[in-house]
Amino acid sequence: MAQLPASGLAIRRMSASSTPAPGIRSEGPEYAKLVDISRCIGCKGCEIACKEWNELGIEPTENFGSFQSHRDLSADTWLLMRFTEVEVGGDVAWFIKKDACLHCAEPGCLFACPAPGAIVQYENGIVDFNQANCIGCQLCVSGCPFDIPRFNPATRKVYKCNMCIDRVEAGLEPACAKTCPTNAISWGTKEDMVALGERKVEGLRARGLANAVLYDPPGVGGTHMMYVVPHGDQLDQYDLPADPTAGAGALAMLGTVRKLGASALGLGLLAAGLHYLGFGPQVPEEDAK
Amino acid sequence: MASLAASFGRGAMTNHWKDIKNADVVLVMGANPAENHPCGFKWALEARDNRGAQIVTVDPRYTRTSAVADRHLQIRPGSDIAVLGGWIRKILEERLYHEDYVRLHTNASFIVADDFSFEDGLFAGFDEATSTYDRSQWRYEMGGDGFVRRDPTMENPRCVLQLLRMHYSRYTPDVVASIAGCSAADFERMSEIVCSTGTAERVGTIMYAVGWTMHTVGTQIIRAAAIMQLLLGNIGRPGGGINALRGHANVQGATDHAIVAGSLPGYLTMPTPAQASFAAHVAAYTPRPLVERTVNYWTNYSRFMVSLMKSWFGESATPANDYAYHYIGKPGGDATWLSMWDEAHQGRMRGFVALGFNTLLAGPDVKRLVTAMSNLEWKVVIDPFLHEAAEFWNAPGVDASQVQTEVLYLPAAHWIERGGSFTNSGRWAQWKEAAIDVPKDVRSDTWILSELFWRVKELYAEEGGAWHEPINNLRWDYANPREPTLEELAREINGYDLTTGRLLNSFAELRDDGTTSSGNWIYTGSWTEQGNMMARRGTEDPSGLGFHHGWAFAWPLNRRVLYNRASADADGEPWDQTRAGIRWTGSRWTGDVPDFGATTPPDGAGAFIMTEEGVARLFTTGLVDGPFAEHYEPAESPTVNILHERVSVNPTVRWYDGVRESLAQNTEDYPYAATVYRVVEREHFVTSHVPLLVEAMPDFFLEIPEGLAIEKGVPNGSRVRVWSPRGEVEGVAIVTKRIRPLTVNGRTLWTIGIPVHWGFKGITTGSMANSLTPFIGDANTRCPEFKAFLVNMEPV
Amino acid sequence: MTISRRDLLKGTALAAGGTFVSALGFDLQPAYAQSRELKISGAREYKTVCPYCAVGCGTIAYVHGSGGLNTTRSVIHVEGDPDSPINGGTLCPKGAAQMQLAMSPRLEHSPKYRAPGSSEWEDVDWEWAMSWFARKYKDARDATFVERDAQGRTVNRCEGIGWVGSATVTNEDAYLITKTQRAMGIVYMDHQARI
Repeated sequence: MAQLPASGLAIRRMSASSTPAPGIRSEGPEYAKLVDISRCIGCKGCEIACKEWNELGIEPTENFGSFQSHRDLSADTWLLMRFTEVEVGGDVAWFIKKDACLHCAEPGCLFACPAPGAIVQYENGIVDFNQANCIGCQLCVSGCPFDIPRFNPATRKVYKCNMCIDRVEAGLEPACAKTCPTNAISWGTKEDMVALGERKVEGLRARGLANAVLYDPPGVGGTHMMYVVPHGDQLDQYDLPADPTAGAGALAMLGTVRKLGASALGLGLLAAGLHYLGFGPQVPEEDAK
Repeated sequence: MASLAASFGRGAMTNHWKDIKNADVVLVMGANPAENHPCGFKWALEARDNRGAQIVTVDPRYTRTSAVADRHLQIRPGSDIAVLGGWIRKILEERLYHEDYVRLHTNASFIVADDFSFEDGLFAGFDEATSTYDRSQWRYEMGGDGFVRRDPTMENPRCVLQLLRMHYSRYTPDVVASIAGCSAADFERMSEIVCSTGTAERVGTIMYAVGWTMHTVGTQIIRAAAIMQLLLGNIGRPGGGINALRGHANVQGATDHAIVAGSLPGYLTMPTPAQASFAAHVAAYTPRPLVERTVNYWTNYSRFMVSLMKSWFGESATPANDYAYHYIGKPGGDATWLSMWDEAHQGRMRGFVALGFNTLLAGPDVKRLVTAMSNLEWKVVIDPFLHEAAEFWNAPGVDASQVQTEVLYLPAAHWIERGGSFTNSGRWAQWKEAAIDVPKDVRSDTWILSELFWRVKELYAEEGGAWHEPINNLRWDYANPREPTLEELAREINGYDLTTGRLLNSFAELRDDGTTSSGNWIYTGSWTEQGNMMARRGTEDPSGLGFHHGWAFAWPLNRRVLYNRASADADGEPWDQTRAGIRWTGSRWTGDVPDFGATTPPDGAGAFIMTEEGVARLFTTGLVDGPFAEHYEPAESPTVNILHERVSVNPTVRWYDGVRESLAQNTEDYPYAATVYRVVEREHFVTSHVPLLVEAMPDFFLEIPEGLAIEKGVPNGSRVRVWSPRGEVEGVAIVTKRIRPLTVNGRTLWTIGIPVHWGFKGITTGSMANSLTPFIGDANTRCPEFKAFLVNMEPV
Repeated sequence: MTISRRDLLKGTALAAGGTFVSALGFDLQPAYAQSRELKISGAREYKTVCPYCAVGCGTIAYVHGSGGLNTTRSVIHVEGDPDSPINGGTLCPKGAAQMQLAMSPRLEHSPKYRAPGSSEWEDVDWEWAMSWFARKYKDARDATFVERDAQGRTVNRCEGIGWVGSATVTNEDAYLITKTQRAMGIVYMDHQARI
């Protein structure tokens, strides 16, 4: 069991900014959430706890023929339980997935972001959006391989799960992890959660779920929300990309920003854009080498 | 709960939430704990992941519990006894029962007298005229020594085990399949898991809830489960039991404290008109021992009853006035929910008080309830929220100008503004702190109750009236008589030695000579001279089995698993050393608080101390509709009873006026089976005031099986109308693969699912599910048959 | 340079009034808007029990306000009590939304009376309400109290008043309901266990 000292919230990366010196990278542990889908009952305890803790707005929802509360994530719904009915070997199965930011080690959103300091990645693994710096360009949305960030047209900012960074900084687990009634969400160091995830996968395989996998995709450097997936051969049914990557989307967006220029965008975006053009987008470490 | 008392001696969850982690098989049937008890359900998953336990669900729907279960069996609503009967048959035919346990701890070896029989759907002693049984025809054969004759070999054809085998021999897999609508093969696959725990090394538990109680045969469904668990040797053991999952924070406590027709605190019984004296009353509930060595704890009935009367009437309860025996009203007949509303429906009820209870949405047949409520002279509703039951005159389709009932609404304090204790399903009474103050202009329940009492008492003093001696003499020695504190009440419940004024530690100290008081004997020990035991917060668990004796207080006597003597064998050795409930050391029992004399040797008495048999009952005379559970069709059923066509429905149910006419008369007009339920995002009705929960599950919906939706042209998310002869609902269709077609008695049957949470007063409003349900109840408990009825459906 | 989040916050406070995006790319202002101190730090904690189902989850209510004479306290957050052996700090969606139940603006603050044939409530005061309640209760009891039944047996029961509820009150109030109502001779009495 790795030590869990209080996080110092040292910064690893900031959007559209020079990467902080490598010397600080060893500071503090990396944390991770592990979502064990085989224990998830889709109760939405995490969804509610997230909205309650983060004081997100209540949205008018309507039943659209599903147990799912909202059709999609939104600027006020950072965590959504998605329900899919499938047939597995002639039996019905109900795939229930907690959809929220995975907090990639190589965050496509951050790499794509042209606004300095709008997206910050801490040494503890949390990728945090800084709305006051956000210029509303939504390049992060395109940069995310998991389609997580959501734009709020009223505030013209983009939002997503911040892993309850205020709680983590104070030495508490995120609200979703604390509340989960069936311990489908575990919280600890990335190292411990990977080990736990591997044990869980072994257990599921022993119970006959031969395709069980730990979802911690290397294409994004691994994630700080990982899944134990009982039916790993059906990742698409969980809406989990088999091989997500960071960087490609972000780089593709570069041209778009150049085209946008200053015309339709506010002064803030102009300033940020200029800065962005100066620094260029961040790229995954592998690519930077 | 009637059923558990008839089987084991007490009507309560046998084990407790955390104990479920000790199981090898978790059968979830008549319940949906992932949705309705999520935090308790975690212990089933702990058993699965830590012990390799199997979780299985049997339900008319594939639920969110099924989503994490190892196997699911879909059955028709109301076919539970057929399924359980099929398992009992298998266990007996294939000798899968835990033989030593059955011989030692049940009445399997007891000989039943010759007059008992079962033929064509009727047990011996049925009287057509009154639709009741003469239960004296279901009796044991007595020996010359005055005790029951027994056959330890259990071979005698008149012994309980053999009668049981004969009774359930009809429940073959094909019969079960034809009744329940599943395939015989699927049933058998499920049976392999469910019937696998009849050994010393394995234990299985059952989680059930109102999916079992809410039937005309609800009590007997639970009886069938009790029989099965006894055969498998699963009662009294950690990881075993029959766990009744209660649906409100203090259902258990409110039942213990007897806000219940027919009972007094601590499961004492309301006196009846025929019991003309205290002695006659006590005699009726003080059973004679049926075997040589039995604790037969109810022989202490008079101690509990006298102590209750001392608690209520103090100095005024004396031997001279039969301990105020006649201060307690003696009901003329059934006084439960359905009978109450039937009285109102017939115009015989004047006033009605609903405290913390949405009476309009909660009951069956809303239209009938509105009529009944409109017949009242007055109604008082006490609740933190103004809900539908207070505004029944404003319900859709009701013309307020025609409703003459006067209604008073009183805003009451909320749980978080008050201390006091809640008792959970597992019998743990936990004290809570008041977090905030009761707002100005709002009053506590305690204040309202005591103010009502005082004002009525004062009116009697001023103007006289009907006999009111009990009101005058009610013991009321609280520091502030207009609002007792919860602490004062808790101590009164625990009870005192009236000679010394000291709080008692145990109900063993209660006396029937008037020297002790206890407001509820099963809570004696909850607040002693050492303080408030319900507020304890010790987290230690030395056994690792989850007993947590230092946390809160579990009745009785802080015992965590009921009937735990049965967790050990004849010598007092645990059946399973890794899951020892209690253990005999040679001089005393260790482990959990023993449900047995602390120093009584293993052979000193039978393991079930609350029964006159000293053992648990596979055969019982305690229920009105039979000593064994038998499958009867729901009052409104898509098929005749294939076991006995002439006696299709439970013959002992009470038919209230006009109810027969309110049922579907054929399956052409009402072809679909229907059932009602909760979803995890909501809790009955109060959550319709909570924005986050309304957002999470906004609208009334109907679950429509995919095949039926295709047949009827219902796209997912479109609106459908569903109706029964009693009313209709309309909502969004959730078209689902999770409900499949059944084949019942040779015909295809579809099931429609209907959630209960909507009304006309919430943040979002929607159809009231109980507009559809029938006004009929269980033969023993009168618990309404919400869970199985017929409907029709069409796209809107 | 190591920049911790706390440094960012300090920087933000100093920069109040707002700078623009700095040329260096480190804009310190935004951190303030989006990062907040733990909202429950300093709040008083009360150990309570969830009001919904009968699992009996231990909960902690975080309360704003010292409870001093000049303060009306309010619940700012509720989460599971990690010490509870039953729920170990977890809560289901209903439990997790308790704060909204506790502090609901939809809670009522006045007794109300609805007259025969009326389609509206009128607010009444507690004195009026309780005096009305006691009057109606006593009159119904007087009119329907039966001392002896048709066979002449002592029954001492009130047949004309029904009482239901509640499985949502504490044991202590449940006991007081039974104690007072049975003393009044009420026989029609039930709660949610039945339905």
